[in-house]
Amino acid sequence: MLQSVDGSNDVEGRRHWIGVLARAELAFLEQEMPRLKPPSHTWLRKPETGLAMVRARIGGTGDKFNLGEALITRCTLRLATGETGVAYVQGRSHRKVELAAIGDALLQSPTMHAAAYRILIEPVLHELAARSARAQRLAQATRVEFFTVAREAGA
Amino acid sequence: MNAPVDLSRLSPGFPNAALDSQTVFRACLGAMSEPGRVTSLDSALLESTPAGLSGAAVAILLALLDQDTTLWLGEGLREGDAGAYFRFHTGCAIAPSLAQAGFALLSGRDESAALSDFMQGSEAFPDRSATLVVQCCGLANVGDAGEGNCWRLTGPGIRDYRLLKASGVRGDFPQQWSDNRKGFPCGVDVFFASGLSLAGLPRTTRLEG
Amino acid sequence: MYVAVKGGERAILNSYALVDQARRGDPSVPELSLDQIRQQLRLSVDRVMCEGSIYDPELAALAIKQAAGDLVEAIFLLRAYRATLPRLGYSLPLDTADMQLFRRVSATFKDLPGGQVLGPTYDYTQRLLDFSLAASGAVAEIDASDAAPEVGPVPRVVDLLNHEGLIETHEPGAGDPDPRDLTREPIAYPADRATWMQNLARGDEGFLLAMGYSTQRGYANSHPFAGEIRYGMAELVIEPEELGFAVSIGDIEVTECQMVNQFGGSKSQPPQFTRGYGLAFGASERKAMAMALVDRALRADELGEAVEAPAQMQEFVLSHSDNLEASGFVQHLKLPHYVDFQSELELVRRMRTSGAPAADASEPAGEAA
Repeated sequence: MLQSVDGSNDVEGRRHWIGVLARAELAFLEQEMPRLKPPSHTWLRKPETGLAMVRARIGGTGDKFNLGEALITRCTLRLATGETGVAYVQGRSHRKVELAAIGDALLQSPTMHAAAYRILIEPVLHELAARSARAQRLAQATRVEFFTVAREAGA
Repeated sequence: MNAPVDLSRLSPGFPNAALDSQTVFRACLGAMSEPGRVTSLDSALLESTPAGLSGAAVAILLALLDQDTTLWLGEGLREGDAGAYFRFHTGCAIAPSLAQAGFALLSGRDESAALSDFMQGSEAFPDRSATLVVQCCGLANVGDAGEGNCWRLTGPGIRDYRLLKASGVRGDFPQQWSDNRKGFPCGVDVFFASGLSLAGLPRTTRLEG
Repeated sequence: MYVAVKGGERAILNSYALVDQARRGDPSVPELSLDQIRQQLRLSVDRVMCEGSIYDPELAALAIKQAAGDLVEAIFLLRAYRATLPRLGYSLPLDTADMQLFRRVSATFKDLPGGQVLGPTYDYTQRLLDFSLAASGAVAEIDASDAAPEVGPVPRVVDLLNHEGLIETHEPGAGDPDPRDLTREPIAYPADRATWMQNLARGDEGFLLAMGYSTQRGYANSHPFAGEIRYGMAELVIEPEELGFAVSIGDIEVTECQMVNQFGGSKSQPPQFTRGYGLAFGASERKAMAMALVDRALRADELGEAVEAPAQMQEFVLSHSDNLEASGFVQHLKLPHYVDFQSELELVRRMRTSGAPAADASEPAGEAA
């Protein structure tokens, strides 16, 4: 699960919000982004769909191996105000990756950071935490204690 | 060599990566199949290029490089933005030494490395040789053979002969090219680039200075 | 010799239309949406992602719809699509100890830190056809009132309960080498374990199941226990060069199986439990378990065991595990082989007339149409 951090505007903060934006729903980003009135942007790298080879470790801890690929989409853009936004998301949505990159750029702007964090990041964090807690609760409802039944003496 | 890319200084790549790289790839094929013929790329392909690089050289490398390729930057190009630019836009890696590079971008006049310093391929795999993009300051199919850098080209893909004048290329290039031909089928292939013009020089072509 | 066959363009184009109609069925019945397939045929989606070797539920659902539910055909479609995409990078290794768990059981350790969690399993269902589903049945409610939420990640049992050191451990090799990639270079024998893990991960579930089953029935000296099976979500973490730091860009569902096998020891190793490992996209428990059995069997050479059974033979297992290749080679037999057959017909006729079997009659002939 995505670890929670404070909403600071540094590398650690950025690593975190890029992950949150990647998990946001397209409809949410479409709806909320206009509230931040983002400046126009130019592309450094237009949205591009491709594959990331997913690696794992043998036995969970041993040598790396290639498990299979995941479909991802990425882009890089620059806002008219100068900030560069990068986004990587799962799936094929060019629109979602564009909005996520705009979000990343806004969050780096000292003047926009607080509003962008409140509007784009906090609701998603809230939703992710709720989803995770629900999955956990449902799984725990199937938790079981197995007992071995001792044989009677002489049986 | 492969440190993080500084995005704040980066120029954009092709406006339409898939179609534009196909267009340039086609131009590269044309250049190699008609050696020495100077052609020009459409200026709409690139709105800006990193400082010191010719548009044609940038376009050729954007079209040919990918994640499985390595690039060597020649003298005078290593300190600028070229490395970060190609890594970002193509996914290529910067080669640790010129002898390990699949591709190289060189300045025609300043470069001290010889053609024979680059990967030559082997008898079994002659394709495993370097492709060099050499920047120069002018390309034309006119001039008088033997004068300056005006060469007389013959070989496959050329009916009779073709004249190529490449300004701003090392004076000993004809000698190096003749050595390059001696190792056939091994040897490097060269693209010359000047502004938006390019010309190809495959290892099959004979060149007289 | 290959002899081309011409003709049939109109018939082929019409067969496209016909297969399209057959896929759609009766137009008065509502059409399936991709969401319906993703939500209600999720285990089919998982299998197609796993063997199609692309994690993307939407694409897998599309492939299943287009293939009219033929999962091997859907896997083919996904692999073909894959070939059109650029490789943008590699993920950091999945951290399966840090997964959000939906299910986690162990057949070897009864009392687990973190507990045994059955999750959504068919294991304890009665396998009686539920006719209420035929008339769009209501979904059962879950009583989760007294379930105490777990806090934090749940470590893998095999690592956690190995106090006596009786189970082998896995460490990365010197320098933590990057694995070879079968999508970039063809397999070469003998293959190392990381290479065969990639082969098995995209291998056919039915084939691996049969191979794994054969090891249990005596065709490999194997005494397996399911040390742990876990199914849940692991973070997908990549480190893009232009950022210079790692970012978690999503979650992918995986099933992991750690088999432990009794091992009598060898010259270099004491008696202990050895391990076989299975990992698969999605809720793919049968696949992960079979993969773990086959992985262990393939380690025969490394562990000094006699290589006697099919499941222990690398070339046999790894060259026949891919259902795309297998299906292609088997099914190509139905394409026109008229010239090929004609030449063999001539041969049989000649053999009849001469009365003696030809020496080369059993030699496979070169391929012809």
